[in-house]
Amino acid sequence: MHYLHRGDDAECNGSPAKRCRLRRRTESVRRSRPPFPWFGMDIGGTLVKLVYFEPVDITAEEEQEEVENLKSIRRYLTSNVAYGKTGVRDVHLELRNLTMCGRTGNLHFIRFPTQAMPRFIQMGRDKNFSSLHTTLCATGGGAYKFENDFRSMADLELLKLDELDCLIRGLLYVDRVSFNGHPECYYFQNPADTESCVKKPCTLEDPFPMLLVNIGSGVSILAVYSENDYKRVTGTSLGGGTFLGLCCLLTGCETFEEALEMASKGDSTNVDKLVKDIYGGDYERFGLQGSAVASSFGHMMSQDKRDSISKEDLARATLVTITNNIGSIARMCAVNEKIERVVFVGNFLRINTVSMKLLAYAMDFWSKGQLRALFLEHEGYFGAVGALMELLKTTEDP
Amino acid sequence: MAECGRADSSSTTHTMDKSITLPPDEIFRNLENAKRFAIDIGGSLTKLAYYSTVQHKVAKVRSFDHLGDPLYEISEQEEVTARLHFIKFENAYIETCLDFIRDHLVNTGTKVIKATGGGAHKFKELIERKLGLKVDKEDEMTCLIRGCNFVLRNIPHEAFVYAKHADSEFRFQTTHPDIFPYLLVNIGSGVSIVKVESEDKFERIGGSSIGGGTFWGLGALLTKTKRFDELLQLASKGQHASVDMLVRDIYGGSYGSLGLTGDLIASSFGKSATADKGFSKEDMAKSLLHMISNDIGQLACLYAKLHNLSRVYFGGFFIRGHPVTMHTITYSINFFTKGEVQALFLRHEGYLGAIGAFLKGAEEDNPNQYSWGENYAGSSGLMSVSPEMNPMQRARSGTFDMLEMDRLERQLVNLPLLQDPSSYIPDTMDLTEDALAREYWLSCFEEALDGVVKRAVASQPDIPEAIERSEKFRQKYRHKLQTLRQQPFAYGSLTVRSLLDTREHCLNEFNFPDPYSKIKQRENDMALRYYQKAVKSLEQLSWEQRQFALVRGVLAGNVFDWGAKAVSDSLRPALLLQGPPHKCALFFVDNSGVDIILGVMPFVRELLSRGTEVVLASNSGPALNDVTNGELQILTERIAAMDPVIQAGLRDDRLTLVQSGSSSPCLDLSRLDKVLAMVVRERQTDLVIIEGMGRALHTNYYARLSCESLKTAVIKNSWLAERLGGKLFSVVFKYEVPPGKPSQEDSSAPSTPS
Repeated sequence: MHYLHRGDDAECNGSPAKRCRLRRRTESVRRSRPPFPWFGMDIGGTLVKLVYFEPVDITAEEEQEEVENLKSIRRYLTSNVAYGKTGVRDVHLELRNLTMCGRTGNLHFIRFPTQAMPRFIQMGRDKNFSSLHTTLCATGGGAYKFENDFRSMADLELLKLDELDCLIRGLLYVDRVSFNGHPECYYFQNPADTESCVKKPCTLEDPFPMLLVNIGSGVSILAVYSENDYKRVTGTSLGGGTFLGLCCLLTGCETFEEALEMASKGDSTNVDKLVKDIYGGDYERFGLQGSAVASSFGHMMSQDKRDSISKEDLARATLVTITNNIGSIARMCAVNEKIERVVFVGNFLRINTVSMKLLAYAMDFWSKGQLRALFLEHEGYFGAVGALMELLKTTEDP
Repeated sequence: MAECGRADSSSTTHTMDKSITLPPDEIFRNLENAKRFAIDIGGSLTKLAYYSTVQHKVAKVRSFDHLGDPLYEISEQEEVTARLHFIKFENAYIETCLDFIRDHLVNTGTKVIKATGGGAHKFKELIERKLGLKVDKEDEMTCLIRGCNFVLRNIPHEAFVYAKHADSEFRFQTTHPDIFPYLLVNIGSGVSIVKVESEDKFERIGGSSIGGGTFWGLGALLTKTKRFDELLQLASKGQHASVDMLVRDIYGGSYGSLGLTGDLIASSFGKSATADKGFSKEDMAKSLLHMISNDIGQLACLYAKLHNLSRVYFGGFFIRGHPVTMHTITYSINFFTKGEVQALFLRHEGYLGAIGAFLKGAEEDNPNQYSWGENYAGSSGLMSVSPEMNPMQRARSGTFDMLEMDRLERQLVNLPLLQDPSSYIPDTMDLTEDALAREYWLSCFEEALDGVVKRAVASQPDIPEAIERSEKFRQKYRHKLQTLRQQPFAYGSLTVRSLLDTREHCLNEFNFPDPYSKIKQRENDMALRYYQKAVKSLEQLSWEQRQFALVRGVLAGNVFDWGAKAVSDSLRPALLLQGPPHKCALFFVDNSGVDIILGVMPFVRELLSRGTEVVLASNSGPALNDVTNGELQILTERIAAMDPVIQAGLRDDRLTLVQSGSSSPCLDLSRLDKVLAMVVRERQTDLVIIEGMGRALHTNYYARLSCESLKTAVIKNSWLAERLGGKLFSVVFKYEVPPGKPSQEDSSAPSTPS
């Protein structure tokens, strides 16, 4: 490991500051605990998810020993809710008074676009992050893609972790500790009826086996039999990135929030061809309801309809198309794998009730009530949490 | 299938150009006897189907009452056979076509036209007004499945695998004798996934709204390109990696632990959310095509897996012969099933609805009771829609595409003795895949054309217009050969058999049913004169000498000059008449004249003498100088009159003559007369002899049978001889014993020759 190597250096020709840091580190190891700051990072195709553990049980002695830039990082992260132009702390997701590795603190959830990664690394250099000798645990594709940049630009060595391992570990952990006393998990009651469809909390007791559908830029579908026994069943490239990408091209919008806002106002039936548009009603021979979508964007084959369509309708149709497709593939996987519990996670579902309700409905309807769609409050952050847990685990190892 | 690629926006279908000159008489053939119409109107193409009868000459032989020369009379009689016509054209021609049909429709008994397809509703009024027929709508999916079953059952090389970068784009599959169960993925504007378990039992097990309509609609929005085929063209030029987020865009390389390579698409259109909004139309179209094809492929695989089906056919306007979509679907299926499932496409995919609608209307005629055969002379064949592949396309008459199916007067079934009917491939060489062989044989047939034309004229010496017809035949067949040079896959795998059959179909088309009739007659006459002498000299030989002589006799049927030494050497391990006699031998015979009379008959005689029953299978209709069943009946009677052994055989029903069901110089053991199959089974046939180049070399050389078999021929073609590592006039004498059965030569107790 990188920091061990540095430690050896310090013993040979260490400055007083370096010796001090070394002592700190050895104490941490003695207490089976890595030095602060504790971060877990998940660098996805579109978003970087960062979790930060803010210790609230700092002793006076610790406070005194705490180096300045560690303090400044803590203050910077916990006193702001936005970082730069695009970084956001999801305050509502904060897990308070959490005990991790014998320390009590708050877990903060921060995200920023992967595009801003170079600036983030730059900041790491400016803040002289490498001097803290923490291990930066990172998962997601970006852990590999940006590994060199971290090393060359900020003198930081990443501990790269598999994203699916992290996802499952993080998910199970958050579910276990619960969301500040409330259940992490929920489902939708009466998914068939838009009026009475309501969000209901529930527990993930005895969670295995579960089909875990992670909707980020793309989609991965896992069959999970235990914390360490899982397989990736399949995946699809039609995911959150497709929704946003197509929306940007079709409507000129620029952000996920904007796209969802438009979608919430639109009507997809102006864009999609329904069964009744073709058959005049239900297609009884095959038991298809007239209201079912026969061809996504099917109306757009006609020039007249293309000319008369609103951006909101297009955004809605894109959202419905992508969501239904994920639902359809997830359902087939659940049937093939003989799993009845389908858990949807990933940042595509953030502030996206339309999609969640559609997924809940699709699971329920097509399986005739056999399948249940479950959702989790910290939808997109489990990979980052899993990475943080790896940090805590790693240092416990001899 | 050139024109089926055209899929205009439906708004253009009303614009009609009456001035379009059609050669309708070449397209709507045999309209005067047409009855039972069906029509399938899609978004851009109309498919018309009708049943008609064709009157054409057939060759007949009739025995004279007196003995002497010639031994039988040849006549050409008019015969009426049933034919199905399927015509495909752009919707723009629909009015012109309806007018033409009305003007030429003689049969007034027709009252109803079966209709299916999305456009059937829109054109209902027009059809009823123009044709005075009542439009009777049929369910689209039912028609599709019916049509699919029909082509799979009746057209041997219907299904193919698409391989973009292979020598041959199309790899035709031998249809499994049991076509069920299969999965049909129909990609129209949406996708329907249908599981078909039997003729009447099928179920839509799933589907998707992301289909051809999504490609078209979304593509039109993104690229401002209106037409479906233009969108496909854009897509074929684009680079999706500039629009899609690939695994390497996220990982910087591959995602090794999951085996996901760097160039896999992680998120379709994933880059268009973040990058500057400058994407080319081509790139967006390509990305869209990949997205939709992959998605459909994935769903198809999930359903195939769930229902445990390995045969998955793809159809619908999204596919319809477009190389681009066939390629992306094939790629997707390979990826998701790791090669376990192959994406199959159908040559006549565009016709399925029309065929099905027709069959629905013809139920009282029971068309499924018969076997049908594609008429190569009247069908346009599969065309590649990629322009560089298809220089012939422009030269074709307008934008019409045709399929004609002849009703065969019998049901065709597998030879019950095939070891594995599902893997049986009749043809020895696939010229579609072998460019050198293809070139050789195409030239060979071109060079032989003059001779065939002369022979055709000579067969009808008293008919002056025969010369004109023979020229039409020449033109047609030459054109077919030219087409096949460009599109070897037009009628399925190109083989020597298909080239020969196409020639027979073209000859029949121009009323030359049997150009060799006179020659056959002469040779039969002559050979018959030597029969008794030949039998007598054979009887004087020792048993062993006689066996050699008999085999030599069979081989000598084709050729005069052959090396006796070479023959006897090669025959040594195959003294198949040693050992206990066979229960029953099935003999597929070849030529008239010396071959059948002095070669085969003495051999038959020997078999009968040993107590083996014999079934002689000969062609139902004429092909080259092959002996037909009609001729063989007469010849056998004549021989019986001279030879008590043959006579007794016929009398005691130990020698049986059956029709093969074929009119080809080659032999497809998976399409034989049902009666033949029955006889073979009843008599517990334990030896099959196949004779001649066409039946034992061009076809069936590698056929594996479940009983002893002998394939024998003389190679009369130096190119082929060289290919097979031999010399001109080498002898093929392939004696095979199926695994697990003791061969005759292993037999420890040879019976004493009588």
